Amino acid sequence: MMQKQSLKNILNLMSSLIEHPHPREKRIVFANAGKPDYTPDIQTYLKHGGYQEAKKAFTMSPEAIVNEVKAAHLRGRGGAAFPTGVKWGFIRRDDGKAHYLCVNGDESEPGTFKDRYILHRDPHQLLEGIIITSFALNIHLAYIYVRCEFRHAKRIVEKAIEEAYENGFLGKNIFGSGFDLDVYFHEGAGAYICGEETSLLESLEGKRPYPRIKPPYFPAVLGLYQSPTIVNNVETICHIKHILRLGAAEYAAMGSEGDGGTRVLCVSGDVMKPGPYEMAVGSVTLGELIYDICGGLRPGRSLKAVIPGGSSSKVLRANEIFKINVKLEDGTMIEKEVPLLDMVMDATSLAAAGSMIGSGGVIVMDDSRSMLWALNNLNQFYAHESCGQCTPCREGVLWMSKLSTRMLREGAQESDSKMLHKIADNIAGRTICAFGEAASWPTQSFIDKFPEEFSFDEQNFSRKH
Amino acid sequence: MNSSSLPQAENIPLALLTEIEKAITHYPVSRRSALLPLLHLWQNHFGFIDQSAIDWIACKLELNSIAVLEVVTFYPWFRQKAPGRTIIRVCRTLSCAMAGSYELHQKLCHGVGIDPSAHGNHEMPTSADGKFSIEFVECLASCGSAPVCLLNDDLLERVSLDDAEAIIEKYS
Repeated sequence: MMQKQSLKNILNLMSSLIEHPHPREKRIVFANAGKPDYTPDIQTYLKHGGYQEAKKAFTMSPEAIVNEVKAAHLRGRGGAAFPTGVKWGFIRRDDGKAHYLCVNGDESEPGTFKDRYILHRDPHQLLEGIIITSFALNIHLAYIYVRCEFRHAKRIVEKAIEEAYENGFLGKNIFGSGFDLDVYFHEGAGAYICGEETSLLESLEGKRPYPRIKPPYFPAVLGLYQSPTIVNNVETICHIKHILRLGAAEYAAMGSEGDGGTRVLCVSGDVMKPGPYEMAVGSVTLGELIYDICGGLRPGRSLKAVIPGGSSSKVLRANEIFKINVKLEDGTMIEKEVPLLDMVMDATSLAAAGSMIGSGGVIVMDDSRSMLWALNNLNQFYAHESCGQCTPCREGVLWMSKLSTRMLREGAQESDSKMLHKIADNIAGRTICAFGEAASWPTQSFIDKFPEEFSFDEQNFSRKH
Repeated sequence: MNSSSLPQAENIPLALLTEIEKAITHYPVSRRSALLPLLHLWQNHFGFIDQSAIDWIACKLELNSIAVLEVVTFYPWFRQKAPGRTIIRVCRTLSCAMAGSYELHQKLCHGVGIDPSAHGNHEMPTSADGKFSIEFVECLASCGSAPVCLLNDDLLERVSLDDAEAIIEKYS
């Protein structure tokens, strides 16, 4: 490790988490990236059936591709779980305007680590998805926005882009279809906010990345350079070729209702085998994920809390029981009590539990963790990352961070947790972008779910973690 | 890296100029979009971005200098002062913190004589001999192999306290 590492070594090291698929995994997007001998060059990709779906796409009508994506029930993998086909439907192919595609590879949500493997180990899969998407939506210019902390991604992805140009898969008249497409790699500069889609666009325009207000600045209407723009996550775009390969029906059937295909669940924290696991959507409960797939907790520990979808999703408590509406086979709905560990890991179930699947970043905490300590860590994150545009967020997140730090260091006063909660309540819903909610939900949910750890009891505040 | 006091803009090598011109072609709709790429190219070459760079890039992209400066000061990655020879960025956020990144950061800082509580946004905490800059950064998106850090351009995973000692020894 101490030698200056060759690129190959770095890639090999990075693959260690995804080299050994669990038998219950259903690998589509990670199918190649996880193979130890797989290299990111175009020859290897072509040997593995690469660019076949892009070729096929040009034999289809663009409308048919959009309809396939709609019918596949693909939902965005970046955090909001918005149906991708519906988003695409907002673009009118023939409105005479320039359209753009921006692939979001900012991957900064704490707990999320999936796009890094695609960008570093299987960049051509992403390019193939970009080609299909661009053809379907009449896009001739696409950018891949990647956080600059992925220091080697630029070299790897730009090499892949170059190879795709050389093979006639990008540039003028691709696949001899008369369709032109240029793709460029664009590096961020260390700001979490750039993962917010309108912020990403401002950043791409060379400005401070202050999010834009919606309405009117929905990217599909007024996006990059005020033109209709689609912003999709790296993983989302990678799914597109698999929808064409498998067909919408088969792809949709793999997942749950209205939430098709597979999704990478990134598990970190207090489990024996953390890592990214690509699972058919809805095929695994939280309990199975933690205890069967991730090898359970450390010896002698018990589960305390789970953050199910990136740090911005609301925390869930180990012994919680949720009342969730479940559809029976005959179509009737009943309300069912579901303990946390039986919670199915899909967008609908987690939304019903008052949290969200988000970016799929599952952070597991055992009974050795202090919830105040964990919340303070997240508050410091949001205080660092607020862009500063809206007053409630700019002032509030810093205030929350200072307050939770003081509670941790000097012990809580009786009014502290109420005050902390109140600050969060006054941020959520009062900001231009969803960062306000993202920063408030941890504080609100940690205090609501673990009130005893925030109460006036000095015994609780010996710093433990 | 250039450590002389000559304004950077008076010393631009041809290779960098070529890269800059190429980067600008990637943004056919708006030159301004090339701002982040140009700042990256500049900082990768010179190590930091000085006032002459801000003026030069502004001129190149037909912007006011303030439009460049406000971007430089917003993004944590850009800096206006020279960093140490070896830069270590330790992930501070939850999964890494649970795996001991605070202890790792502290060990690294103490090892090279940097105050661990010194957080600098645009001035990286740097050792007196100029050999090391060490800072906490937010989530590096490798939570499954926590704790992680970036050693210059390379991601190190599952970094132990022993590794920290070895890093300091090797790069001192």
